[in-house]
Amino acid sequence: VRWVGRPLRRYEDPVLLQGGGRYTADLAQGARILRFVRSPVARGRILAVNAPPEAAIITAAVLGDVKPISPRLDRPDYVPVAQPILAHERLTYVGEPIAAVIAGTAAEAEDLAEQVTVEIAAETPVVTLDQALAAGAPLVHDIAPQNTLIDARFATHDVAAALAAAHQVVEFTFTSGRQAAMPLEARGAVAVRDSVTGRVTLSASTQMPHLLRTGIADALGIAESELRVVAPEVGGGFGQKMALIPEYIVAVWAARRFACTVAWIEDRLENLTASFHARDQRLHMRGAFDADGRLLAIDADVLCNVGAYSNFPATCGVEPLMALADMPGPYRVPQYRARARAVASNTCPMAPYRGVSRPVITAAMERLMDCAAVRLGLDVLEIRRRNLTAEFPHTSVTGVVQDAGSYREAMEAAARVVDFAQFRARQHKARADGCWLGLGVSVFAERTGPGSPAFAARRMVITPGFERVELAMDPSGFLEARIGSSPHGQGLKTTLAQLIADEIGVSPAEIRVVAGDTDRTPYGWGTFASRSLVIAGGACKLAAVRLRERLQTVASHVLEVAASDIEISDGRAFVRGTDLAIEVRQLARTAYHQSHRFPAIAETGLSAVATYDPYGTFSNACHVAIVAVDIATGQVKIERFVVVEDAGRLINPMIVEGQIHGGVAQGIANALYEEVVYDGGGNILTGSLADYLVPTMAEIPELEIHHLETLTEASVTGAKGVGEGGTIGAPAAVLNAVSDALAPFGVGIFEMPITPQRILQLMREARREAK
Amino acid sequence: MSDKHDVTFTVNGEKRLIRVEPRRSLADALREDCGLTGTHLGCEHGVCGACTVLVDDEPVRSCLMFAVQAEGTRMRTVEGLAIGDKLHPLQQAFWDHHGLQCGFCTPGFLMLAVGILERDPDIAEPELREALSANLCRCTGYQNILKSVLAAAAEMRK
Repeated sequence: VRWVGRPLRRYEDPVLLQGGGRYTADLAQGARILRFVRSPVARGRILAVNAPPEAAIITAAVLGDVKPISPRLDRPDYVPVAQPILAHERLTYVGEPIAAVIAGTAAEAEDLAEQVTVEIAAETPVVTLDQALAAGAPLVHDIAPQNTLIDARFATHDVAAALAAAHQVVEFTFTSGRQAAMPLEARGAVAVRDSVTGRVTLSASTQMPHLLRTGIADALGIAESELRVVAPEVGGGFGQKMALIPEYIVAVWAARRFACTVAWIEDRLENLTASFHARDQRLHMRGAFDADGRLLAIDADVLCNVGAYSNFPATCGVEPLMALADMPGPYRVPQYRARARAVASNTCPMAPYRGVSRPVITAAMERLMDCAAVRLGLDVLEIRRRNLTAEFPHTSVTGVVQDAGSYREAMEAAARVVDFAQFRARQHKARADGCWLGLGVSVFAERTGPGSPAFAARRMVITPGFERVELAMDPSGFLEARIGSSPHGQGLKTTLAQLIADEIGVSPAEIRVVAGDTDRTPYGWGTFASRSLVIAGGACKLAAVRLRERLQTVASHVLEVAASDIEISDGRAFVRGTDLAIEVRQLARTAYHQSHRFPAIAETGLSAVATYDPYGTFSNACHVAIVAVDIATGQVKIERFVVVEDAGRLINPMIVEGQIHGGVAQGIANALYEEVVYDGGGNILTGSLADYLVPTMAEIPELEIHHLETLTEASVTGAKGVGEGGTIGAPAAVLNAVSDALAPFGVGIFEMPITPQRILQLMREARREAK
Repeated sequence: MSDKHDVTFTVNGEKRLIRVEPRRSLADALREDCGLTGTHLGCEHGVCGACTVLVDDEPVRSCLMFAVQAEGTRMRTVEGLAIGDKLHPLQQAFWDHHGLQCGFCTPGFLMLAVGILERDPDIAEPELREALSANLCRCTGYQNILKSVLAAAAEMRK
């Protein structure tokens, strides 16, 4: 029996389906409740914090020498801004924690927090990129001139010459609104202090338990052994939960100081206003093409509004530096110049969010392709054919090595599925009836599973990358795989069990994957960057091979044949070509209880450890959206959405498709609906789900998914990451489709989300210009 | 705020008496006073639907109802769906069709769907899609939730 490739139902599900999943808030029974008092202004100075005399209030002064959060990049252009755990003098964004109170129940804690008054000298904030970059703008941080935290540049030698010699230069500014990852479970922490040892166990809704342990221990000046971090069931994260936050540090501090169990359960208002945002970017793009439509050069100026602070450990470089390195995407770009800045403002800080910058840069690149196609009179497929990378491995202009992919093949397959000619005929006919249909294509390559070399190239002082897996078989033949990565809902335990099962020759039902507990698992980096299956999966496979060899050694002694003649499958070790066999569980028992017979495995027993740290691999896909735009209301309806995805070997196709479904839904949300809106004073106008528009089942169409499986040696399992691709590709397809629909009016889309109001405004502007 | 009221209701067939402040939401009462933490809180302002439970067979957002309003009602939560080891057809269908990922919205979707299918076992797909758009999911893109509920509806009609 082979398990890899089967759409196995998830082992995670039965508990979750019966309401038995234990998420962080479910662990807060009996805890004292922590409530934060947050800044009501975007910028100002604290004059005084007044609390009722009986209140146990925690302020910066009470925290004393707890260290600030100090994310680091080893780059000369990086300004290392440190974030205080509680604001003590400067207030830099609405929602910034100033103080915390503790009470017996959530309601009492809220009552108490309302009685805390903060005297503030408010100042005029810088909210937008333009405000932050204006000459003489107030500085968010005195140490960061021009409010610039990163100013990264890249240039090849002949960009100017290529632009001068170009047949066409396509130029535009592309803007992405600010978005929130909006995991359905907000963040939360329960810190329990052991009354005997004083050690604290922090359960937190996190994607990176080990990094939290390191960060909190550093902040509190304690040894990491004083702290255990557990990620229980995590209700989605999408990047928002891969950062160290002041709230967790205060929770652990309070549990130690007050010798009690302390819980902080974030509410939705806090999550939407004061957790992390993403994607607030503006790109000025120039693309030079020759007469045949071949790209000669890209010249890009990337501005990222990163908010008030840098996140730990990814830093505020996560968006600008990703844009700088990965802008060329699936295309051959001979000459490339880019400047990418992280700009501080008096807004909520940025963290990684599914796709990290690539939903925006892909949209900009794909708009560039479509605009160039129109200028050159080329079909949207043809211009891409002439520019897509077709030979692998391909070293991009920025030095990124792309392993084998199917960039053109995926696009051609999508074109066959959709039947472009038939659509064009339908579109033509519909236009005559006053019905505005559009088709949009998006092709992208997505770096997945980057190991330490990729992050070292970004000059991260804390350089993520490897994953370690410890595999052990117990005397009953049951396997436990302890992984450093930490899933947050994507079914990783099932997928990894499938991988291990095939190598060892047992059923995945007999494998328990243990994750998200720093006491039980080897140090690892958690879940992000579409890395868990690639890297933790790779380590699982390597460890499983070692363990199988140990089982073969035991079997060879017991069956008295050479180890190389032993094969293990379906829970039995047998001598190839004979019916001589022994059950794996019998081998396990023998290995433990008669260990004297097996000196060859005396050191390890039936356990194996492996570490995997790959360079990383590239998934790729083509998305095609067909939309209908109602020009009376500005509403966009997605009629059809096709994905041709190449994620290498599919370990569990059902889970892979689930990742694509969810990713595309978030990409569509980015393209059409979701936007965090600030007013001029830096107040958030979208602090509820009635204002921040997460799409429902009524908005998300049925997806058609087709797979290609390019097998790569860049990943030991052949699998590429698939967590982010849907989100990366979908906005570009939707924006190109809306632009195609509105082409007869001379309207092109260079912003997201493209809401009905904006479509109507663009239509009005186009009509005015036409007059 | 601290005067407490006695409230009596049944949850999953079991009679309960709790003493709560008038301001206590039904969701908090279920989670904290009844220990039924399968009902999740995603927004506490009535949009996401993660806290959906059945009150006298009607899907209700338990974050928008006070516990004292539940006096005398008969409620069902996700914990009461399965009978012993036997999953409810909706739970089974969500498992078979990958209708959940992180699982946080799942109890709310299950209870919403139970309410919909009990009222209208033959509901057509467009109406079902509309009704299920009451709740938010951030992981699945909804496709497999719809597929799961359609499959369960077919199974429940047998």
